[in-house]
Amino acid sequence: MAKIPVQFRLNGTDRAAFVNAPETLLNTLRRSLGDFAPKYGCGQGACGVCTVLIDGEPHLSCLTLSIACEGRQVETASGMADGPDLHPLQAQFMEHFAAQCGFCTPGMLTSARALLDKNPNPTRDEVIEAISGNICRCTGYEPIVTAILAAAGSPGLRRA
Amino acid sequence: MLDVRSCATLSEAAGVLSGDRQAVLIGGGTLVMRDVNEGRLTEGTLLRVTDPAFRRIEAGGGRIELGAGVTMGMILASRELAFLHPAARAIGGPAVRNMASVGGNLFAASPYGDFTVALLALDAQVVVQAGFGSGRATPLEEFLAARERSGSALVTSVQFSRPANPGDFHFRKISRVKPKGISVMSIAAHLPLAGGRVSQARVAYGAMAPMPIRARGVERALEGKSLDAAAIAAAKAGALEGCRPATDAIASEWYRREVLPVHLGRLLAGEPR
Amino acid sequence: MLELRKDLFADERDDNLNVVGKGIQRQDMPGHVTGLTRYFDDHAFDGMLHLKVVRSPHASARIRSIDVSAAARAPGVKRVLRAADVPVNKNTLLSLINFGKDDEPSLAVDKVHYKGEPVVAIIAETEAQALAARKLVRIDYEPMPAVFDVEEALKPGAPVVNETYPANYFEYHERFDHQKLRFGDVERALAGADMVLEHRYQMSPIEHAPTETNGSIAAPEQNGRFVVHSCAQGLFFALGTAAKIVAVESNRLHFIGGTVGGGFGGKVDSLTEPLAVLGAMVTGRPVRFVLDREEEMLYGSPRGAERIYIKDGLMRDGRIVARQIRSYFDAGAYTRLSSYAAIKCTAHLPGPYWIPNVSSDVHVAYTNRCPSTAMRGFGITAVDFALEVQMDRLAEAAAMDPMEFRLLNAYRDGDMKPHRRKASNTALIECVQVAAEKANWPISEQGKRQSSLAGGGAGERSQIPATVLDARGQIGRPDTRNAGPTQTLPAGTSRIAPSKQPVMEGARDGRAAPTQVPRYEAPPATVAPPTYAAQPAYPPPPPPYQAPPPYQPVAGQQPPPYQPPPAPPSPAPAPATQTQHGAVRFSSVFGRRR
Repeated sequence: MAKIPVQFRLNGTDRAAFVNAPETLLNTLRRSLGDFAPKYGCGQGACGVCTVLIDGEPHLSCLTLSIACEGRQVETASGMADGPDLHPLQAQFMEHFAAQCGFCTPGMLTSARALLDKNPNPTRDEVIEAISGNICRCTGYEPIVTAILAAAGSPGLRRA
Repeated sequence: MLDVRSCATLSEAAGVLSGDRQAVLIGGGTLVMRDVNEGRLTEGTLLRVTDPAFRRIEAGGGRIELGAGVTMGMILASRELAFLHPAARAIGGPAVRNMASVGGNLFAASPYGDFTVALLALDAQVVVQAGFGSGRATPLEEFLAARERSGSALVTSVQFSRPANPGDFHFRKISRVKPKGISVMSIAAHLPLAGGRVSQARVAYGAMAPMPIRARGVERALEGKSLDAAAIAAAKAGALEGCRPATDAIASEWYRREVLPVHLGRLLAGEPR
Repeated sequence: MLELRKDLFADERDDNLNVVGKGIQRQDMPGHVTGLTRYFDDHAFDGMLHLKVVRSPHASARIRSIDVSAAARAPGVKRVLRAADVPVNKNTLLSLINFGKDDEPSLAVDKVHYKGEPVVAIIAETEAQALAARKLVRIDYEPMPAVFDVEEALKPGAPVVNETYPANYFEYHERFDHQKLRFGDVERALAGADMVLEHRYQMSPIEHAPTETNGSIAAPEQNGRFVVHSCAQGLFFALGTAAKIVAVESNRLHFIGGTVGGGFGGKVDSLTEPLAVLGAMVTGRPVRFVLDREEEMLYGSPRGAERIYIKDGLMRDGRIVARQIRSYFDAGAYTRLSSYAAIKCTAHLPGPYWIPNVSSDVHVAYTNRCPSTAMRGFGITAVDFALEVQMDRLAEAAAMDPMEFRLLNAYRDGDMKPHRRKASNTALIECVQVAAEKANWPISEQGKRQSSLAGGGAGERSQIPATVLDARGQIGRPDTRNAGPTQTLPAGTSRIAPSKQPVMEGARDGRAAPTQVPRYEAPPATVAPPTYAAQPAYPPPPPPYQAPPPYQPVAGQQPPPYQPPPAPPSPAPAPATQTQHGAVRFSSVFGRRR
């Protein structure tokens, strides 16, 4: 079957790929574009490790068709740091030991970023709600919630 | 081999669906893509609808129409639909809500499909378009009874009347994981009051049968009554009428039957979960 | 928050710690937060193929025929693997340390023994093509009887689960049908006990549910080698297992891993590596084999389910004088690590308590369920649950506070354990004291003054008692493999009236609710009735063990008459001057010294 060209902006850079029609955004990001930050965890929408931002809103890339992303803005955890400068969320995740095996971390960071971009000073309940679609199996949610609250209101949070 | 076809109009999509038995409509992808990822769906055509009408919200007046492609996230962003926010927020986490659609929720198998429970209590109509003709409105209850056989028609929207008093509409999802989990059950109730007495009550359950169902025993018990302890006790006594809950990974049939009257009673009494 | 209690065992411990108690940044954290950490699947290979397996829908069936012709012709399919394509199609995980017999095929040969057992592997250009071709494989099964209950599986005439072990139990050292522990004379002590409590505890299998599912990528490297990116928790176990199954020297495999997206014990089985390597060998291309979530949850090996019977002899003053344990571990259809779990369990019994008479038989049974494996304290956690629930029940029966009851029976430094080793570095007493303090749970002044360092090893507490021999000259009673439920009270019942409320009830405000004291018959006249003070008073060390009343054979049973031990017990081994580490400790668990 003929491949289909798709173009979108990935972490601020125009990217293009030839995809199979029913290919998921997750597979395109990982196999064609080399962005391994989003992971495969369930393929069902249950775990959140594939979470990416599409036009600033969190989406599950394992359930999204790549061809539906034509012309859109896709952002992943790979694009959060500015060179060697970590995003405040990344710095606070490090500070508060909010990662153990690290597999859920890119998705957690992405969901947290979607929250803070809109709501820089969330309540604890709002943080919990924001990551309610992201499963962590080893760190435990407590240090993750703590890290997100610590990052909230950090200077530089709304950096483009 | 699986292909994808994008349809620019609702009519085109309805035409393809009625003509191609192997065509499957894909809304937000939260149901269909799971089957693709796990190899259950390997042949046929995934049908995308790009018609803006598919994602239109008409909520300005007393009659509300939600395009079948409207997502839970879009409902949460609409102030006019505030009374539906608890039901929309009950669906998944933020990412799922940005994808999951009103139309898809109508097809979610138990114990999923919590938003449909709210629509059932709102006496919603489902607008279904078969072939290239125009849409036909069907009561949701009728639609659900036939949904396994309705794969060849396109759901374009759902319609319902705005509750005269939003405070008369109640929704609760009971799950074991906080803040989000799969339903043990969900309960929606529209309890309009006329002169302090319930009139035309509609109560619906999710996960208490293979599809969302009306709680007719509760509706009868409440009709014409004020919401006092005696009426709530009568409603609880009739709570299980028509229920056929499943035993699944979330809860046993026994457990669902045991706790339903408890949660219904709390909802009716305005008590916290 | 971490709290270091430096007051406890202060003179035993070096407090010049470099890392413990300090905040040290982990070296893998920058990779985790930037998304740069590479897991097995985070590697790009040109021309990578995808492997998916066809799994058995039956728990037990004979394979009449397999037709892969349509699948082999399907678009994108490069190769279809069947049992005959696997060079060494029988393996057991611990064969690498010469433990257990090879019993599990990579692809089923002529029978399937659990639902989800891999039968055929499809290798295709894309995952979607492999999934589509998987549906085209036609397998004709003849369903056979299956057995799902551990005790049913051990009965004569039960369906044979695993031909390598035709009696449905794992054989230790090719001779023994269970792990046995004997210390003192349990039957005699039970006969002399004031009360006997017996309960049954049943665990469920538990899936590890890692966020990263099991998987691996194998790719040809130069010089006939293959690089393997693996999720394995034991990378060299996976390497050795893969080398054995595909029959190559291990230096031809280059395993890369160590970055595991959650394991918890569920990634020690090499579920995917052998077939991925085989696929790369037969196609000459990189091959990726990853379980999807449904496969991970249904067919990734779980923690084994364990059934545990505990029968305790209790004196009215709260001393446990005998503990008898009979346990059945569910291995599933093949041996992964349940055989080792039973050894760990036996090494852990009877829990952290000094009990003068202990016996235990732990059986590993095969059933037509998914093979079980390691998971966080496997063999220990479940039996600990059973033991501690049992301890609470005993405390109620003795009308004692559960904390005080544990203080009374806790082992202390110098106590002889049933494994013929002296307990050292014991700390249960201090744990109970600190837990009581944190929970605001009142314990007596005497309880607060107890110490693991005092009172242990006094008198008989340091002795190895004579071990009773049975009529066959063997230790213990006849084996319990087919003992059946007749020797056991029904689940949830005991020989004392269930007259009491759970002790924990009503303690939400941080203060213990008064324990409802169950009433029992007056004790035999030969023993002075103990007085139940509001706070139990007992001198450390606990009162010496009093000779039980004469042994009364149980009606209907004719145990061999008690004889004096034929030979004096071997002297207790001299206390080791150094802590044992590594190989010695490991092999001693396996019953051999190396």
